Amino acid sequence: MLANVNRATPYLFLAPAVLVMAVALLYPIGYMIWASFLDWNPSQRIGEAEFVGLRNYIYLLGDAAFRESFWVTIRFAAIVVTVEMVLGVGLALLLDRKLRGMTVLRTIFILPMMIAPIVVGLMWRYMYHPTVGTLNRMLESVGLPSAPWLSDGTWAFASIVIADIWQWTPFIFILALAALQSLPQSAMEAARIDGASGWQLIWHVKLPLMLPVLIVTALLRLIDAFKVLEVILVLTNGGPGLSTEIVALRIARTAQEFQDLGTAAAMSNLLLILLLVLTILMFGYTRLTERRAARLAAAREAEIT
Amino acid sequence: MPEIVLDGVEKRYGRTQVLPPLDLTLEDGEFTVLVGPSGCGKSTTLRLLAGLETLSGGEITFDGRPISKLEPKARDVAMVFQDYALYPHMNVAKNMSFALRLSRVPKDEIDRRVAAAAEMLGIDHLLDRKPAALSGGQRQRVAMGRALVRDAGVFLFDEPLSNLDAKLRARMRTELAEMRNSIDKNMIYVTHDQVEAMTLGDRIVVMNAGRIQQQGTPEDLFERPVNKFVAGFIGAPTMNFLPARAEGDRLVGEGFDLPHPPGLPVPQGAVEIGIRPSAITVDHGAPLELRVVVAEYLGAQSVLVTRCGPHEVLAEVESATRAKPGETVRFAVDPAEIMIFDPETGTRLVPDGEG
Ligand SMILES: Nc1ncnc2c1ncn2[C@@H]1O[C@H](COP(=O)(O)OP(=O)(O)O)[C@@H](O)[C@H]1O
Ligand SMILES: [Mg+2]
Repeated sequence: MLANVNRATPYLFLAPAVLVMAVALLYPIGYMIWASFLDWNPSQRIGEAEFVGLRNYIYLLGDAAFRESFWVTIRFAAIVVTVEMVLGVGLALLLDRKLRGMTVLRTIFILPMMIAPIVVGLMWRYMYHPTVGTLNRMLESVGLPSAPWLSDGTWAFASIVIADIWQWTPFIFILALAALQSLPQSAMEAARIDGASGWQLIWHVKLPLMLPVLIVTALLRLIDAFKVLEVILVLTNGGPGLSTEIVALRIARTAQEFQDLGTAAAMSNLLLILLLVLTILMFGYTRLTERRAARLAAAREAEIT
Repeated sequence: MPEIVLDGVEKRYGRTQVLPPLDLTLEDGEFTVLVGPSGCGKSTTLRLLAGLETLSGGEITFDGRPISKLEPKARDVAMVFQDYALYPHMNVAKNMSFALRLSRVPKDEIDRRVAAAAEMLGIDHLLDRKPAALSGGQRQRVAMGRALVRDAGVFLFDEPLSNLDAKLRARMRTELAEMRNSIDKNMIYVTHDQVEAMTLGDRIVVMNAGRIQQQGTPEDLFERPVNKFVAGFIGAPTMNFLPARAEGDRLVGEGFDLPHPPGLPVPQGAVEIGIRPSAITVDHGAPLELRVVVAEYLGAQSVLVTRCGPHEVLAEVESATRAKPGETVRFAVDPAEIMIFDPETGTRLVPDGEG
């Protein structure tokens, strides 16, 4: 009896936290799910809105503009996260050494991350300006034709990708650097004695040991990239055409301009589902590889005995 | 299996001189033990040999070839680290074969060598395990195995047994002593434990504060230490040191009056004498009278902690004598075992023939 009480104790202590979490997390999500089944405009209270079942979802699946922005979002997230991971981890590997001035350099590298996104957007909009912008002036000064940074669909997409990479590579850089510096030093020395060159050390020892941190970092970045809004809002507001209209922007516009809260909620839910699937896939994958390794080891051990 | 020469090797970290210029020659195929108290620069010396640290001065040569500018991998050394330094993400087999895989040794050759080393160390049933799933002793063996499969010219060991419990340490020590004879390589072994040094070394190099105090066989160091530091460091329980005056053919100090050891030149004035606890025996007819403070029972032997004037004197005696704390016991000292040191420099007074 007493043992049972003891076992229940941790749960008792956790209960208040779980309750707060449930209310703070599940309530808005539940609210959003409920809203996605309604035909609801902002002038109505939620109770007055008409229940329309799956109509919002069906409408979205058939909506070419939404599919386009879904596709833009996926492309955007995939490209920025890949490039940022490569750059961030690469920089961390490069700057993980004890040289004078390294601390200053590292601090400079993480500055972009600390700037408010709206400001980043304004700053880049200025740099991308067709006539007085820094970038075009630079191009002209070396005799190259100026580029339609924000006025051409393809260029505009590239422009928002560049701005995002500029702002978020430091995030990956810091986490990768922290991971690197917590790696066991003596294992690295052992690898050098075992004959590993710089590249082999990175490939066979450093990266595999950093992998758990890198996976979580990539996941965090991915989730964030799917929700990015302010910078793009300021830079292109989704244009030209739909070339840079990511889902988050479309959600905001659906709610504000089209006054259709139900469809906006349905879009948010689709985005949420996508993120959930991605997260589950990624954790599932690591779980799976671990389990497979364990099974293999067990099988081999059984074979021996 | 090169002959290794350290010629005026120096190491500084900023302004701190960790190793003053150091000269040392390590013969081919020898098992050399570097021993000294913690912080005396043993690991630094080893890391300089491995190429993990850069020299601040001097040169190291392997068979006459200067190597101080070479990367670790170009030096053909294998090293066992104090914390084992296994690769956490690789299983035992992968850990052991890493160097061979890097140097593109054929797969069946790798398998053969790993299997042979694993069998010799008794870890062949652990090849699929990751280091996290191993005990301290097993990790230690894997670290050893990783060095052995390399077949390198020089083996470096940095206190490989210091993280093991006493029993396991004693067993590994014995196994190492056996293994050492079957491996005909230049092996350099660092430890702070003089017992390890005495049982393993063909040759022992005693270091203190970055300086080599003495090098020689275990017997050399025990029987003919050059100074007080070596005499005190080698042997357990540790040697007793007492200030004394040489008066004619007697050595007199507070609470004792001992004969001058035969064969030694007679010094003048103040000296410091050294007596090993094992040279003191209980003898009811002897003149030396000491009060027992503590009796440490170790089985067949007991260590008696006694008072001699203001000084503490250890005596290692047969437990059968049954000396109790508080009792006053008479002891005899073998005069031939008394060592005399210069009280200023600490150097040992040697017979005219020796040294
Ligand atoms: N990276 C370093 N920077 C400054 N001092 C160091 C460094 N590494 C070692 N030392 C100093 O060098 C001395 C010798 O160290 P070490 O060779 O590790 O001793 P040990 O004989 O215990 O292995 C110690 O006093 C230590 O504090
Ligand atoms: Mg050390």
